[in-house]
Amino acid sequence: MKKNPGMMFWEVLKSFFKKPATIKYPAEKFDMPDKYRGKLKFYPEKCIGCKMCMRDCPTGAITINKIGEKEFEAEIDLGKCIYCGQCVDSCIKKALEITQDVELAQFDRNKLKVTFSAQNKESPEK
Amino acid sequence: MHDSHKFKIPIGPQHPALKEPESFSVALKGEKILGVDIRLGYNHRGIEKACEERTYIQDMYLIERICGICSHAHSTAFIQAVEEIASLEVPKRALYVRTIIAELERIHSHLLWLGVAGHEIGFDTLLMYTWRDREIVMDILASITGNRVNYGINTIGGVRRDISSDQMKKVLKAVDLLEERTKYYIELGLEETTIIKRLSGVGVLSYEDTLKLDAVGPTARASGVARDVRKDDPYAAYGEIPFEVITDNHSDVYGRTIVRLKELMESFKLVRDCAKNIPDGPIAVKAPRKIPAGEAISRYEAPRGEDVHYVKANGTEKPERVKVRAPTLANVQAVKHMLKDRFLADMPIVIAAIDPCFSCTDRLVSIEYSNRGREVISWKDLHNYSINWHREHNGIDFTGLNKKYLDRINK
Ligand code: SF4
Ligand code: SF4
Repeated sequence: MKKNPGMMFWEVLKSFFKKPATIKYPAEKFDMPDKYRGKLKFYPEKCIGCKMCMRDCPTGAITINKIGEKEFEAEIDLGKCIYCGQCVDSCIKKALEITQDVELAQFDRNKLKVTFSAQNKESPEK
Repeated sequence: MHDSHKFKIPIGPQHPALKEPESFSVALKGEKILGVDIRLGYNHRGIEKACEERTYIQDMYLIERICGICSHAHSTAFIQAVEEIASLEVPKRALYVRTIIAELERIHSHLLWLGVAGHEIGFDTLLMYTWRDREIVMDILASITGNRVNYGINTIGGVRRDISSDQMKKVLKAVDLLEERTKYYIELGLEETTIIKRLSGVGVLSYEDTLKLDAVGPTARASGVARDVRKDDPYAAYGEIPFEVITDNHSDVYGRTIVRLKELMESFKLVRDCAKNIPDGPIAVKAPRKIPAGEAISRYEAPRGEDVHYVKANGTEKPERVKVRAPTLANVQAVKHMLKDRFLADMPIVIAAIDPCFSCTDRLVSIEYSNRGREVISWKDLHNYSINWHREHNGIDFTGLNKKYLDRINK
C-alpha cells in the first residue's frame, strides 16, 4: 500500500481552469435524446377507441372519451403520468406518440390535465 | 465505569445524516457502541400488495419504482419470474440488451456509492468527482432506454428498445472514458492516505460472520466470500460472457470500496464483450396477457447484492402474490454486528458501506403505543384490525366479502 498524501490536490488545481461540468439551465437547454420519454401526443384521427392504452396504463393517467361517431378524444393527466410509454406500445393504431417535451411544470394542477381532440389538437396552454 | 454512564441515543427516523427515514437506537458507553437496535418500516409503501391489484404489464412499472437506483434489477428479477411461469423463450438479443443495461446500472450505482462514501467521511471532492463522471453513464442510459432513472426497457418476453450500432459506439466511447476515470479512482483508493486511514479497520465483518449473517453483494465479497448470482445462477447473458467475481480480504469498509472499484472495471469489460457478441434477431416475443398458474423465484445480482423476487400466478391477468427481498434486508443484520464495540463516529460510513436502500426493504408492521411500548402484529390481527376499523369508521363491512379468507386465517 503506497501512501501518497494530497493526491487529489493536482486534480483540484486542474479543475480551476476547466469549464464547469454543469449547464446553465434554463438559459442553455439540454438536447433530449430521441428515445426520451416526455409529454405524450395524440392523433385523434387515428384512434379507434379500443381503449387498450387505458387498460395498460399503470397509473390511470389516460382516458379516451367518445365524442362523436368514430371520434375520440384523449384526456391525459400529466401529473399522474409516469412517462413510461406503455400506452404508446399498447396502441396498435399508433395514435399515441411520445415527444421530447420535458418542460411540463405548472403552478396550477388543473393545467396538467391536457385534452387532445380533433378540434383542438394541441393543448390550449403550454 | 459506573452503569449510569451508559447512554441510549436515537438516530433517525429523521436525521440530517440519513437520507432515508430509518431509526437506529444506539446504546453507548462513552464513544463506544454497545449495541444497536435497527428499526425498519417507516418507508413501507405496500408495493407487494399493490402488485396484486394490477396486471403484469402495470406491475412492471410499479416494481421498477421500488428503487431509483436498482430499478433495472427489480424489474428484471420480476420479469424473469413471470417469464419462467409463462415458459417464454426470451430472444438472445433481448438478454444481451438486458445485460448491457444491468452493467451500466452497476457502473452508475457504484460511482454513486463512491461519492456517498466520500461524503460520509467528509471527502466531498470525491463526491463531486464521481457524481460528475456518473453523469456520463446516466446520459448513456437515457439515450438507450429513454430515461435516466426508471429505464422502462423490460417488457414481458424481451425488451422494448433495441440498441443501434450508432448507440453502441456511443456506449463504448463512454465506457472508455469512464474506465480511464475509474483507473484514477482505483489509484486514489490504493494510495490516498485519507481514504486508507479513514476506512481501514472500520466496520469489520469476518468471513465466518458473513456466512453466518448471510450478507450479500459487495459486503460479502469484501470479506472473501465469492458469492455472486451472476456466476452461481447465471441469468440474462452472464452464462456466456466471461468475467471475474471480485473478492477482497480486508473485510472492512476499505475492502468494500476496493471491491466496488474493481467491479467497475469488470463491468466495463462486460459491456464491451456484450457489445461485441450481441447477436442479431428479434428483441421480444409476444407474451400472453394471462399468465398461466404457477410460481417462480428469480434471483438477480443487483449492484448491492442478491435481489430475490417471488411471483405466484393464478391464471389471470394479475399476480396472486409478489414478494421482494431486496439486498439491504439481507445486509442489515450484518450492520448491527459491524457496529458492535466500534465508535459512534464510524456509524455513518459503516451504514453507508452496505449501500443501504431502506425503501426497498421496508415491509414490517409494528405499532408503537405510548403506554405499552412496541408491538409487532401478525398478519391475521392486522387483517381483523383493518376490517373492524372500516366497520367502525366508514360503516363498510367487509366481513362477508372476506369470509372465506377469514375462515382460513382464523382457523
Ligand atoms: S390504444 Fe390507441 S387506438 Fe386504442 S383507444 Fe388508445 S389511442 Fe385509441
Ligand atoms: S406514458 Fe405510461 S403513465 Fe403516461 S399515460 Fe402512457 S401508459 Fe399511462
